[in-house]
Amino acid sequence: MLSVKNIHANIDGREILKGINLDIKPGEVHAIMGPNGSGKSTLASVLAGREEYEVTEGAVSFLGKDLLELSTEDRAREGLFLAFQYPVEIPGVSTTNFIKAAVNEKRKYLGQEPLDAVAFLKMMKEKMALVEIDQRLLSRSINEGFSGGEKKRNEVFQMAMLEPKLAIMDETDSGLDIDALRIVANGINKLRSPDRAMLLITHYQRLLDYIHPDFVHVLYNGRIVKSGKKELALELEEKGYDFITDDIDLAANQ
Amino acid sequence: MKEKPDTLEQAVLTEYKYGFVTDIDTDVIAKGLSENTIRLISSKKNEPEWLLDWRLKAYNHWLKLEEPKWANIKYPIINYQDIIYYAAPKPKKQLNSLDEADPELLATFEKLGISLNEQKRLTGVAVDVVMDSVSIATSFKEQLSEIGVIFCSISEAVQLHPELVKQYLGSIVPMTDNYFAALNSAVFTDGSFCYIPKGVRCPMELSTYFRINTENAGQFERTLIIAEDESYVSYLEGCTAPTRDENQLHAAVVELVAHTKAEIKYSTVQNWYPGDKNGMGGIYNFVTKRGICKGDHSKISWTQVETGSAITWKYPSVILKGDYSIGEFYSVAFTNNHQQADTGTKMTHLGKNTRSRIVSKGISAGHSQNSYRGLVRASKQATNARNYSQCDSLLLGDKCGAHTFPYIEVKNKTAIVEHEATTSKIGEDQLFYCKQRGIDAETAVALIVNGFAKEVMNQLPMEFAVEAQKLLAISMEGSVG
Repeated sequence: MLSVKNIHANIDGREILKGINLDIKPGEVHAIMGPNGSGKSTLASVLAGREEYEVTEGAVSFLGKDLLELSTEDRAREGLFLAFQYPVEIPGVSTTNFIKAAVNEKRKYLGQEPLDAVAFLKMMKEKMALVEIDQRLLSRSINEGFSGGEKKRNEVFQMAMLEPKLAIMDETDSGLDIDALRIVANGINKLRSPDRAMLLITHYQRLLDYIHPDFVHVLYNGRIVKSGKKELALELEEKGYDFITDDIDLAANQ
Repeated sequence: MKEKPDTLEQAVLTEYKYGFVTDIDTDVIAKGLSENTIRLISSKKNEPEWLLDWRLKAYNHWLKLEEPKWANIKYPIINYQDIIYYAAPKPKKQLNSLDEADPELLATFEKLGISLNEQKRLTGVAVDVVMDSVSIATSFKEQLSEIGVIFCSISEAVQLHPELVKQYLGSIVPMTDNYFAALNSAVFTDGSFCYIPKGVRCPMELSTYFRINTENAGQFERTLIIAEDESYVSYLEGCTAPTRDENQLHAAVVELVAHTKAEIKYSTVQNWYPGDKNGMGGIYNFVTKRGICKGDHSKISWTQVETGSAITWKYPSVILKGDYSIGEFYSVAFTNNHQQADTGTKMTHLGKNTRSRIVSKGISAGHSQNSYRGLVRASKQATNARNYSQCDSLLLGDKCGAHTFPYIEVKNKTAIVEHEATTSKIGEDQLFYCKQRGIDAETAVALIVNGFAKEVMNQLPMEFAVEAQKLLAISMEGSVG
């Protein structure tokens, strides 16, 4: 579904990603872990098509298409979803209207008729229950004045509504207390399906207590330095990142 | 490293749709302003002596005034001798019906989306059409006169209803009011006149469409609306002008009078040529609009959607004289490229238990500057006066400016005045968020701007709300900057 080959990316002339390789198949859940500044969020931004980042080398194919050739909005319409680490506030646009626009833009791209009000409302009701989101939140301006937990829940709600093929969750666990984390993780788990892949980006292992990944990768200094099964996350939790990164730094200095 | 233009920048650049010129035989007087110019205008319009005297008085007063400098706008010195003060499409013969009008004219207004053709005319809306200095046509005049409503050009009113014009002209905006009002009083050429008799609820929207066509011509229209006791009228004006490199002056005066329990709803969709993307050309829109709630329980409501003009300088105001009278001001001002707007309102509370409400939404894009300027005044007698003001600004990008200048003068302790203001910005972060959800930049900006302006747009008469919304979307195209 997603195949990342030797991706290098810069921002402001500084190289952040230094050759990333990653293969994700439908239904798989991959976790990318790593210390701060290792390039985790950059990887998410590059895949989503954030323009500040310049890809200098490598290739990405998504569902057989050259991802890097697609505009940001077309990537989304093809089924790539990014749950933001810091969801953006948009004053004056209700969450409902925003999601309706997103759903219908995608349908238009896929050559489908826009959803009418009734069908849209029905879909909203279903998905709301899934992620335990309060209806009142949806009539407010998107993310404006939302608590940290509400913002993240709203991200998962949008993911439910947009039914992506690949969902990238960028530090979705950050800033959540344990109850909010449980609710958000539950929502994500309910959205797992055999034809949907997920890429969880996280600093901590605790999210993985709730969402069990198929694979875990450690990102350090712009490269994936170790990959394994979910046990790798536990090992990281126990020993810290140092047990991997020290070796690498040592090697680099020699 | 980042050489690509901002997506915001790309999303707000569009061509002005109404920039064409009509090639029509026009009666144009020489450039320049003097007593003779005024005599010439007055004689062309076959005006009575008193009106000529009134014009000359205004002109002599104007000579003593200086152009106001306090607004947050910048423009080169205007050479008032370089302006044509009278330009009129030549009528081929006396018209008995609109269908006999010059086909070129009909085609022009057809192109502007205003059908003058009797059959095709928008039902429920009577239209007066003013091109350059004269009114070309007024529709539904007969049907309206059956119920006593007078809707005609002000020139016609001067001829047919001189007593009304004499009584009210300059009674709300005196000729000495300000520089541009004095100029207008001296040289005004045409505009609309509406009179709603006692107890009549005007059954259709009255509207005037203003069009500047002739090069170097200024437009100085004058509109007067009188609503007698317990009457109601909803009035709408729209305006456009051709694309030209030089600036053109538009200095209008609008006066409204609402008697006891009368209500006037006045809406403006202003789309004068705004100048090109480098700030070349465009209309200077220097307008004085004021209404008086003369009787108790009367109401005046201004709604404006301002998207055009290189510079907008206007403050539609209400004098709340009658007890329990209500004044409202709803405004959306959108500026793009190098446009400048300094607009707002004045609510003057004189009567007891008077109420006013101000909702202003300023949207700035490109390199534009957008200012809200408002005065709320409660006099000593204005017991229990209430005002609520809300001024919101939205910035598209980081090269434009939004400013708020609220003035409050309260001389009565029982008065309550509230003011709220917010400023928000659409930045690249918001656009990326929208695009990541599959919403492209232009759609995203439209979504945001419409959400932002909704409260004001909802005030427009239904027939025009859709049009105004489209206009806002068009003006914004390419304004993501």
